[in-house]
Amino acid sequence: MSAAVAIVPATAALSIQDLEIVYRVRGHDREVVRGISLEIGKQQSYGLVGESGCGKSTAALSIVRYLPRNGAVSRGSIQVAGTDVLALRGESLRRYRRDVVSMVYQNPGSALNPALRIGRQVAEVFTLRGAGRSEARDRSLAALREVNIADPDSVLKRYPHQLSGGMQQRVVIAMALATNPSLLILDEPTTGLDATVEAEVLELISVLQQKHSTAVLFISHNLGVIRKMCERVGVLYAGELVEEGPTEEILGNPHHPYTVGLLRCLPRGGLRKDRGKLDTIPGFLPPIGADLPACVYVNRCALAQDICATEKPPDFRVRADHFSRCHFHDKAQELPRATENVPVSTAIDRGAQPLLKVDGLAKTFRQDGHDIQALAGVTAVLWPGETLGLVGESGSGKTTFARTLLGIVESSEGSVEVDGRELAAKLSDRSAADVAALQIVFQNPDSALNRRHTVRRMLKRTLSKLAGVGGGAADVRAQELVDAVRLPERALSARPTGLSGGQKQRVAIARAFAGEPRLVVCDEPTSALDVSVQAAILNLLVDLQESKRTSYVFISHDLGVVRYLSDRIAVLYLGRVMELGPAETVFGPPHHPYTEALLSAVPTVEGEQRQRIALQGDIPSAADPPTGCVFHTRCPRFLGEICKSIEPPLVEVEPDHAMRCHIPVEDLRRLQSAATP
Amino acid sequence: MLRYVAHRLLLGLVSLLLLSMMIYAAAQVLPGNPGRLVLGREATPDAVRLFNHRLGVDRPLPVRYGDWLGHAVRGDFGSNYTDGRPVTDDLVPALERSMFLAIYAFLLCIPVSIFAGVTAALRRGRPADRFITVGGLSLAVIPEFVLGAILVTLLGPGFLNLFPGIAGTLEGASLWTKLDSLFLPALALALVLFGYIARMARAGTMEALDADFTRTATLKGLRRRDVLSRHVLRNGLLPTIAVISTQVGYLFGGIVAIEKLFGYPGIGFLTLTAAQIKNFPMLLACVLVLGVVYFIATLTGDLLMAALNPRVRLGDRQ
Amino acid sequence: MTVVGGDMPQVPVVVEGAPPLTSQPLDTPQRIRREMVRQILHSRLFVVGTVLLLFWIFCAFFGSHIAPYDAIDDSFSPSYHAPTWAHPFGMDRVGRDVFSRVIVGARSVIAVAPAATALGVTLGSVLGLVMGYFGGTVDNVIGRIVDAVLAVPFIVLSILVLTALSAGSEGISVSPLKLIMVIGIAFTPIVARTVRSAVLAERDLDYVQAAKLRGEGSLYIMLFEILPNVMGPIVVEATVRLGYAVFAVATLAFVGYGPQPPSPDWGLQIADQYADVTLAWWAIVFPALAIASLVVGINLIADSVQQVLEP
Repeated sequence: MSAAVAIVPATAALSIQDLEIVYRVRGHDREVVRGISLEIGKQQSYGLVGESGCGKSTAALSIVRYLPRNGAVSRGSIQVAGTDVLALRGESLRRYRRDVVSMVYQNPGSALNPALRIGRQVAEVFTLRGAGRSEARDRSLAALREVNIADPDSVLKRYPHQLSGGMQQRVVIAMALATNPSLLILDEPTTGLDATVEAEVLELISVLQQKHSTAVLFISHNLGVIRKMCERVGVLYAGELVEEGPTEEILGNPHHPYTVGLLRCLPRGGLRKDRGKLDTIPGFLPPIGADLPACVYVNRCALAQDICATEKPPDFRVRADHFSRCHFHDKAQELPRATENVPVSTAIDRGAQPLLKVDGLAKTFRQDGHDIQALAGVTAVLWPGETLGLVGESGSGKTTFARTLLGIVESSEGSVEVDGRELAAKLSDRSAADVAALQIVFQNPDSALNRRHTVRRMLKRTLSKLAGVGGGAADVRAQELVDAVRLPERALSARPTGLSGGQKQRVAIARAFAGEPRLVVCDEPTSALDVSVQAAILNLLVDLQESKRTSYVFISHDLGVVRYLSDRIAVLYLGRVMELGPAETVFGPPHHPYTEALLSAVPTVEGEQRQRIALQGDIPSAADPPTGCVFHTRCPRFLGEICKSIEPPLVEVEPDHAMRCHIPVEDLRRLQSAATP
Repeated sequence: MLRYVAHRLLLGLVSLLLLSMMIYAAAQVLPGNPGRLVLGREATPDAVRLFNHRLGVDRPLPVRYGDWLGHAVRGDFGSNYTDGRPVTDDLVPALERSMFLAIYAFLLCIPVSIFAGVTAALRRGRPADRFITVGGLSLAVIPEFVLGAILVTLLGPGFLNLFPGIAGTLEGASLWTKLDSLFLPALALALVLFGYIARMARAGTMEALDADFTRTATLKGLRRRDVLSRHVLRNGLLPTIAVISTQVGYLFGGIVAIEKLFGYPGIGFLTLTAAQIKNFPMLLACVLVLGVVYFIATLTGDLLMAALNPRVRLGDRQ
Repeated sequence: MTVVGGDMPQVPVVVEGAPPLTSQPLDTPQRIRREMVRQILHSRLFVVGTVLLLFWIFCAFFGSHIAPYDAIDDSFSPSYHAPTWAHPFGMDRVGRDVFSRVIVGARSVIAVAPAATALGVTLGSVLGLVMGYFGGTVDNVIGRIVDAVLAVPFIVLSILVLTALSAGSEGISVSPLKLIMVIGIAFTPIVARTVRSAVLAERDLDYVQAAKLRGEGSLYIMLFEILPNVMGPIVVEATVRLGYAVFAVATLAFVGYGPQPPSPDWGLQIADQYADVTLAWWAIVFPALAIASLVVGINLIADSVQQVLEP
């Protein structure tokens, strides 16, 4: 991205002045957006970043006048390409939506009408402008080709559910840009898509933006994506724009405690647990519409003084194009840490008996007459106190691996050994000690805790079943567990509905540790949580591991987090281990071509470190895997016939580093080191 | 799609078979003694035994069931215990009459219910919505014969005299006469069904209104009426269609009381009289026929749903 | 600055995904429950429904004490007399006071309906839990039987079973106990269906997996993990079923499967006298309105409860 545009042209694509939006909930008006002002120049791209409840989606909906029934704009103005948006009615509003602004949002699958063919839905955009049927069809074909859909003719005939997520989003983008809008709003457009698919879609958006000269408002919680896509960025907190400026400036030279805190929460620049601890932001995200003091951030700010509670900070100019809403913005980067920077020691005694030995673990599902090979033989070893990170996209088999390990799903082949004893394939056949030895923290804390049970009941029951502890002793232990996960005592009498996301996840962790497990599977434990909460949970997991020498199998799609937490990493693709080795080794060359592509696809806050490698096509279906090396259909370093016909075995190419590739490791090292600048 | 149809068909047939077994067994639960019933208390034990033997009632249960079923699938439901006439003699015309009434009731009910449900959804929370929802719900729980009685009182001979209070067999009557005579019974049935169908239409429409694809359509700049017809209703009414076919069951349940009230000798009336005089062959035949009607209705509903829902029709992603 | 309201009137109420709307992150479940109860009690329809229901319950228990005349006293002549001040609902075919008969008639319905509902809901919930939790063959087999039973209209099924139960004897014997059992059993598949879908929604949630990973057995999981979470739908279903129980009792009485004359049962009154509706509308209409009001009252309660438990 080039340097920021400092001066905004006369008719900005978007101009929001002092916008205030309220929701009416149970008879009270709650302020969700508290007076924000921003401008996006023609053809500029602007990112709006914030955590849940900050009001970013609400602001976006107000620009297209699609607020929910109980929402209202109570103050301010919105101008898009000179049009006063709030004054529009009926026909003028319709025309505005048709011609001037377009929106793309999360979940492309549900954005398309499941009962109509793609062709009809895309053509609708053109027939609205008066095109006839054949003209609309031609233009639909052209629109699909523009978003790199290879066979537009056949796609037009299909229904939405027959397309992959990436393809669906491309169709939605095609429809959005077909009208050459002045402003394109994107609300988390790639959240939920696989990393490699996400990279493709993001690049497509950049290219098309240039081509159609559209201004872009990009909303996301992911700072890496924002950095990649946006020239300017605004940071939202509790409905207020607390900092705004050119992206590189904000990320490199932040001047608001919240921005500073956020950036410190992320595992950046290859940070690992043995080199430093993630910082956290104390306190809680304010609930939507809560009454807040003058500076909305004061309750969580280590720099706060009396003036912050009484006097609302104005927008201080840090530079001509960079402002911050903080009385002490010049001290922002000296913000004291909330969590001490104490790295953990990761000494692992590999001479002792391994904790976990998985040999050729495989699982084939039968569905609709097809055999789906979710897991095709995974072998791995794990020592006490070690973390194995599992990386892979959808269909990689990481979830199946976790479930077969735990016995929730019965494996078709292979064995699992813990402390030398082989575990039964089915959970119900395992002994109580074996069951207690392997536990899990699920991704979604809402679904993982029984809404009708109190925390105390959950913990005591677990203690009784897994640790054989009952009565008074159980009460003591429950208290200890709650302390260990840093929850207040009153959490014990609460039900999950009264807890926040982060608190629920802590309860889940406490429950997992109740039976003194030897291994805990963490299945995307922080994916459903906000960034600031995520850091605290990750620190908790790291500390617990250090004190109890528990091992983790850590599954995540977030490579930064995996790198931070894991000692060793396994990269999975279509149920097979493609690469296995220490975290640093896997993350640097030489590594498997798939790992290489994956790493290049993920946008980071530091910016592009390497050339992006585009993977062709979609991830193949597990019901019909490619012959030979399953990755050959998309491999950018495809060798030839050998890759198509013979599946390479997983071999140790260096000490403690295994790969499944026909390319000799020295060649890989040479090629991949050259690619990295 | 073909697999789906075959699957549904098979499931339905299994259920029907089970049904036939259960009702046959139910009817034989206590020692049924048709001989004693028909010949009366004065008859000699020998005469009774002979009578029963001729009817074949003294054979073991599975044999009797198999025999009955074998005949039943060919349309022969045996003969009345009472007068020996074939069951089908009365069953077929009765079924025809009930089908006429049922279709009449559906035609009265469905368009109005769907319109009401959609309107309620479009005016969610406002007085019209509450009125339709609560009104519909209340009507749905009132027994059909109660509604029928009130309707007859108001619109029948006693008061406004718009429609007759009794229907009779309507043998050979003109279409217009039939429609006139059966208006009140059909209306009573329709009103009871209205509540449930309107509610489903409302729920389906609300869900479609809240859906993301409606947002996409609106933000494209489509006119509201196009959004409604092309996107909202097309998806929102799908569950309603499924529900309508299951309502056939309720409809034929209500028909029993309504046919008694209006003196219309349809299958409901026939079932009732057969039960009262303990004419088991007729009773079993009626129940089985009702089961078949329900099965056909739900199968049709499923097929219609499959035809309209691309997900089912084409299977999921290739 | 004029307030510009949400433009799409049909778009749902949204509270963006975030912690609950309180300043303290730890809200007590008591507060939530109290809020729900308050909401129910303040609903006008709930109040109307409760008044109706309580009125008829009162009549069922104390009817014979408050009715002005004896319900089966047929000494009043003439028969089919129109309503007067002394007899506000008129007189029936054999000269009995309709008003008293309507009041006392509540008894036969109130005696049977709640018990039948309780039976049906209990059996249906058990069945639904088992079907939903175990799935697979168990679900398929029981499901087929449930489907088979559901294929027959409820009233016809009841008639069939009641007839079969009196196959050996002359006439049709119908005691309240038999009615309770038959209606309860006829309700079971309907309730089972509803409970099953509620259970299916819970079964795949992670807390069930977590329970299995504690070594919990199926019975524990069904009763203590899943059941508390499906109580909402069960309560709603129970209130709806209660209305249908009254519906069933009245209809069965009307077609002859209920109390015998001279009982003042409402359905029986209508059955007895509907042929004379042109002569004496009051003998039909008042019992009919009694049935309708009881049934609608229960339904209003059911609707209010549902609004709160399942918005």
